[in-house]
Amino acid sequence: MRFNFWNLAKQSLTGHTGWPEQWRDPEPKSAYDVVIIGAGGHGLATAYYLAKEHGIRNVAVMEKGWLGGGNTGRNTTIIRSNYLWEESEAIYEHAMVLWETLSQELNYNVMYSPRGVMMLAHNEQDVRIFKRHVHANRLAGIDNEWLSAEQAKDFCPPLNISPNARYPILGAALQRRGGVARHDAVAWGYARAADRMGVDIIQNCAVTGIHRDHNGVVTGVETTRGEIKTSRLGIAAAGHTSVIMAMAGLHMPLESFPLQALVSEPIKPVLPCVVMSNTTHAYISQSDKGELVIGAGTDQYNSYSQTGSLHITTRTLDAICELFPITRRLRMLRNWGGIVDVTPDRSPIIGLTPAEGLFVNCGWGTGGFKATPGSGHVFAATIAHNQPHPIAAPFSLHRFRTGRLIDEAAAAAVSH
Amino acid sequence: MLLIHCPYCGERPEIEFRHKGEAHIVRPENPAVSSDIEWTEFLYFRHNPKGPHAERWYHTHGCGRFFNAQRDTGTDRFLKTYRTDETP
Repeated sequence: MRFNFWNLAKQSLTGHTGWPEQWRDPEPKSAYDVVIIGAGGHGLATAYYLAKEHGIRNVAVMEKGWLGGGNTGRNTTIIRSNYLWEESEAIYEHAMVLWETLSQELNYNVMYSPRGVMMLAHNEQDVRIFKRHVHANRLAGIDNEWLSAEQAKDFCPPLNISPNARYPILGAALQRRGGVARHDAVAWGYARAADRMGVDIIQNCAVTGIHRDHNGVVTGVETTRGEIKTSRLGIAAAGHTSVIMAMAGLHMPLESFPLQALVSEPIKPVLPCVVMSNTTHAYISQSDKGELVIGAGTDQYNSYSQTGSLHITTRTLDAICELFPITRRLRMLRNWGGIVDVTPDRSPIIGLTPAEGLFVNCGWGTGGFKATPGSGHVFAATIAHNQPHPIAAPFSLHRFRTGRLIDEAAAAAVSH
Repeated sequence: MLLIHCPYCGERPEIEFRHKGEAHIVRPENPAVSSDIEWTEFLYFRHNPKGPHAERWYHTHGCGRFFNAQRDTGTDRFLKTYRTDETP
């Protein structure tokens, strides 16, 4: 049933008892044309575009927990495309364009809100690098502008621009088209739309092994609910990518780290935009419920525990209190961690692998949410044609051998 | 925050230390003759296991020495720490 005014009115009159389930809970079949591992935003978007744009509907998305329960439901929902290098600009802007019409496309309100993303410069080096970003972005046709400290305060009034601050604000780069979206709704919207086209989303079913024949070609996966045959397997497992790839005997240029976030108690609207301070690893926006959503930096050690150290979040909150003195007496409601897979050059890996039939979409590190639609779109094309989509091609696994790294200093929350 | 047992100084809080990546990665004897695959493995590829992980730590705000550790990345518990001239 579509979400529209007519159906809403009809359901209102009958006590909202007639809404059908948004997606099925199917038993896994014994074989699929394509199997995707990981029902987060990226995996579900991949399945959706496989079905919609490539006519491949006999697809299963395997999820060891519940859909959208990993990093999709744990991030701070920031969307922007003001990256430095042309390759990154291409993929993040591709995603940005898809974000702009995603709610209509999926018939699901993903609450995309282009309220502006402001990145603060606290020292001369920040000023130089952000101005370079502004110029690079404008050459690529991506909006990004330089603001003085006073202009930054005009745009975001609670900001403390005192020159006596611990990290004084010397200016800011503003991408007005950047913003936030409702992270859960992105997973739910893609899940519902993919399910309607016949994609099986199989939750609470962990993949425990990957089968390859004597030539190394992928033939299927072993799961906690039996074996599933497939000739094309796509991995979109974020922090656990190394673990899944090891099942196929493959080694990856990835390390997994905890990344933490917090939300405050809800307050009246005070923050009109997203504010990022990469230097202090403090990222903040306000949700529609009124909570301040705060992102911190990564922990320094490899971990899969989905919890991080308290001193990381303490340091971030110190910075938030300094940037926004009005938040000093605010209490935090929840604090959680997710596991992010970080590559040596802070850029993702999308494409083919040394194993025929095995495709990987990983390494999004601390910034994968913003790329969800674009990532799924190019990954679906890569799987469908067994060759990299032009936008995905520079992000191949092969780049670590050729040395054509995409050293992306615009990535947040990680040290460079 | 982790409590880390430095083999030289004893148990100290994590903020005194820097994590220095996977341990026991050996630089190829002669890079001029190593293949691109070997060199890429050495530079970029890491085991990143979920479970026991061999890693290097540096006691920045302490003795200033490197040491190695075995830590379970699923639980963050240290299994052991040992000097760089010791075998795990």
